[in-house]
Amino acid sequence: MSGLTRRTAAELADALAAGETTSVEITRAHLDRIAEVDGPAGSGAEGVHAFLHVDAEGALAQAAAADERRAAGTPASALDGVPIAVKDVLATQGLPTTCGSKILEGWIPPYDATVVARLRQAGLPILGKTNMDEFAMGSSTEHSAYGPTRNPWDLDRIPGGSGGGSAAAVAAFEAPLAIGTDTGGSIRQPGAVTGTVGVKPTYGGVSRYGLVALANSLDQAGPVTRTVLDSALLHEVIGGHDPLDSTSIDQPLPSLVDAARRGASGDLSGVRVGVVTELGGEGYQPGVLARFRESVDLMVKAGAEVVEVSCPSFVHALAAYYLILPAEASSNLAKFDAMRYGLRVLPEGVENPSAEEVMRATRDAGFGDEVKRRIILGTYALSSGYYDAYYGQAQKVRTLISRDFAAAFEQADVLVSPTAPTTAFRLGEKLDDPMAMYLNDLATIPANLAGVPGISVPSGLADEDGLPAGVQILAPALADDRLYRVGAALEAALLEQWGGPLLDKAPALEGAAR
Amino acid sequence: MSADVLVPFDEVLEKFDPALGLEVHVELNTASKMFCGCPTEFGAEPNTQVCPTCLGLPGAMPVVNRTAVESAIRIGLALNCEIAEWCRFARKNYFYPDMPKNFQTSQYDEPIAFNGFMDVEVDGETFRVEIERAHMEEDTGKSLHVGGATGRIHGADYSLVDYNRAGIPLIEIVTRPIVGAGERAPAIAKAYVAQLRDLIVALGVSDARMDQGSIRADVNLSLSPKGSGTLGTRTETKNVNSLRSVERAVRYEMSRHAAVLDEGRSILQETRHWHEDTGITTSGREKSDAEDYRYFPEPDLVPVAPSREWVDELRGTLPENPTQKRARLQAAWGFSDLEMRDTVGAGALGLVEDTIAAGAAPQAARKWWLSDMARRANEAGVELTALAVTPLDVARVQALVDEGKLNDKLARQVFDGLLAGEGTPDEIVAARGLAIVSDDGALGTAVDNAIAANPDVAAKIRDGKVAAAGALIGAVMKEMRGQADAGRVRELILEKLA
Repeated sequence: MSGLTRRTAAELADALAAGETTSVEITRAHLDRIAEVDGPAGSGAEGVHAFLHVDAEGALAQAAAADERRAAGTPASALDGVPIAVKDVLATQGLPTTCGSKILEGWIPPYDATVVARLRQAGLPILGKTNMDEFAMGSSTEHSAYGPTRNPWDLDRIPGGSGGGSAAAVAAFEAPLAIGTDTGGSIRQPGAVTGTVGVKPTYGGVSRYGLVALANSLDQAGPVTRTVLDSALLHEVIGGHDPLDSTSIDQPLPSLVDAARRGASGDLSGVRVGVVTELGGEGYQPGVLARFRESVDLMVKAGAEVVEVSCPSFVHALAAYYLILPAEASSNLAKFDAMRYGLRVLPEGVENPSAEEVMRATRDAGFGDEVKRRIILGTYALSSGYYDAYYGQAQKVRTLISRDFAAAFEQADVLVSPTAPTTAFRLGEKLDDPMAMYLNDLATIPANLAGVPGISVPSGLADEDGLPAGVQILAPALADDRLYRVGAALEAALLEQWGGPLLDKAPALEGAAR
Repeated sequence: MSADVLVPFDEVLEKFDPALGLEVHVELNTASKMFCGCPTEFGAEPNTQVCPTCLGLPGAMPVVNRTAVESAIRIGLALNCEIAEWCRFARKNYFYPDMPKNFQTSQYDEPIAFNGFMDVEVDGETFRVEIERAHMEEDTGKSLHVGGATGRIHGADYSLVDYNRAGIPLIEIVTRPIVGAGERAPAIAKAYVAQLRDLIVALGVSDARMDQGSIRADVNLSLSPKGSGTLGTRTETKNVNSLRSVERAVRYEMSRHAAVLDEGRSILQETRHWHEDTGITTSGREKSDAEDYRYFPEPDLVPVAPSREWVDELRGTLPENPTQKRARLQAAWGFSDLEMRDTVGAGALGLVEDTIAAGAAPQAARKWWLSDMARRANEAGVELTALAVTPLDVARVQALVDEGKLNDKLARQVFDGLLAGEGTPDEIVAARGLAIVSDDGALGTAVDNAIAANPDVAAKIRDGKVAAAGALIGAVMKEMRGQADAGRVRELILEKLA
């Protein structure tokens, strides 16, 4: 039943509901696909290497339980029995959680993140944990301490980051669904470069409890899927208020699945789409821009009104982001000190080392260069005498960006831009140039700074390299439903144009891991 | 470590003006911790009252304890503070193994309460101590350094950490510099902490046990040349865990600072540790203004914005103003100014009040606490409140005295029993067989024996030298093992020798 892995989550849910297949069959099919294309965990040498840890036994047990619920006529949710992959930055009770870092090697959390608890409650078998840039710092998944994930479209290319593992797992049909986290684009940019759908919900819309924080004021977990509808289905499972997260919004979610279904009818009349002047043009690959313009044209054909909007503060977003993020991260990462869990390294040649010496040796050995770079940046930005000039100033930019969004959303119901400036680059190409790497998130960062939701939908293949590009749709805070309506309408128009899913054009990868 | 050179206290004041600052940490008695649901009981098995949040496990997040905010507001109001309409928590970043996240969630430039004062009474005079701020924060874990001589980290073989205390809510109350106190500086420091403790007890927001660390005082002190009106370099003395030590630590640091300054050297701005046993301070880690905690607003928490309605509602729950309360109690009890001052000074006001409430006469309650109990607490080196004798016990013992079942000497033996943990006063009276023998038959025999054994004394009494009866009373009391009413014995002797 290899066909099971090609189906969307919504199709699998329908098949389960109709009794045409079982969760065990579906889960086993995906585990087989993982074995076939992912390559040995940790090698990174061959295969996609989307997973850091596969929990076949656990996933099959959860699948069997889901089948029992279905048989008893009491499914836990619409997605009960549809398997999922989870980014390794979310705490999973009993399953290793490394955040792609050596410093957490072997740590098994004693608790579940709220998102994970909700997945379990809804009956989604967890296939395993997906690869990521160490502590979500990066745009290529090359900063994983366990080797890079490869792009299913071209195994010599990056799958985006930091959530390259989740995007690649879904793009390579290793999982129908995955959870990612997005601090500056880590769901949306991998979505764009792998031809998948990724959603960063409104800040506070999905609980962060159990999400190992990169930058607390920016992080959001969200769906990684192959269709807009699947994202909506998953978003409804994981979203909503959580008393364990003080920044979680105590309001019911808008109906996202309904919005996606409504959008799929293809009618966008009455919708004002704003094209953001500052997010396009210089620095963007021509093929990416061409696919973006086509997408806008399709929206117009669907009845949308297009307006040009300017968000002048967006040019400062990257600078502000690279002060706020390292500042928060430098403090968050202080807890990794070898005292309570994770790696412990004793300094060489030191007899009876002090706690401080053990902390230093462990952090030196356990953190990668990018993590150290950002700890240094953040520590500096928060230092007395520099705080106002850096962290304080960055927060002011943040306010300006929010104001730009507010003004833009008076002119338009949603804003659109290319998700990432380029298609997937080659492994190693930008590894020694942090600034070039940071520029990947140019278009995605403003949404995190302002807390507004965004989705990346595949827009087609760039002419010059035949690799996927994405279009980003942004909506006002709490209006996540607009992402789904507009995203589904665009998706429907593009599917018609392509004559089938974009991922059908990707290499089959059969035997890739051998 | 060489002993510090000290200048006698009186000489310090000839040349210098002291400036005091007190930072008092109050551990709240909320049922759960500041940012998680873990219990807060004192003395549980190490690391049994912990969860992902207070252990700082990756991914765990804090949620503010509403009761802790309520207690903070009530403390602020009781200290005549303004209550912030909007304030935030901040991260104080530094590495230490007993701090799970390597930052403490505290408040920085936006405390919940600020700009208050407390009127402190010293020797019948009132001195206003200005409160700069009261803010909320979480406690750290507790390190236990094993091996080595001192229990300090240096020289220890290894260290253990108990995280039960990590995350317990604290309120830190910071005074503005207290100047103009002169020779009364040590007394004012002590009185401030004592009165603050009484206030905390009255508010019911903390166990307020200095010996268990639920109130901890840090004493900042500096000296400036007399009359200069400037502030000198300060030291911060930590670990000052009794009222008596607050006073002693201020005295000690004044004398030490003066000696350093007299030699033309300058005071090092540093943290010092108070040693209760030896009564000295020693240098801790150097602390300079350059120490950088990289404070920034805690992004995992939303601002605390107490509504004015809530604040007003809490204002209505405040206990009586301590000064007014003292005046009311003094009048009700009929204490002289001196008696009242001594009672307050000994930190016995609440104990005496509770003892009277339990039925004892005011003078009796005062007598037991200020004489016997004060002596015993002093001998044990603990606070009165830390003694294993409660106001209810004292009231019961006094009731037994009033009923003629005990005399003062026997009552003291009951207190011995209470301190030894032998049970309730009645159980101790029964177990130790302490009740007064009022049976005239048994007493009469003892009196006859005493007369027979002391014919000379008996002859003197028969000759009218009644004062000599004391010797016979002593003999009878000895035979009765003290369990007799001395007045009745005297009556019997005089009857028999009439």
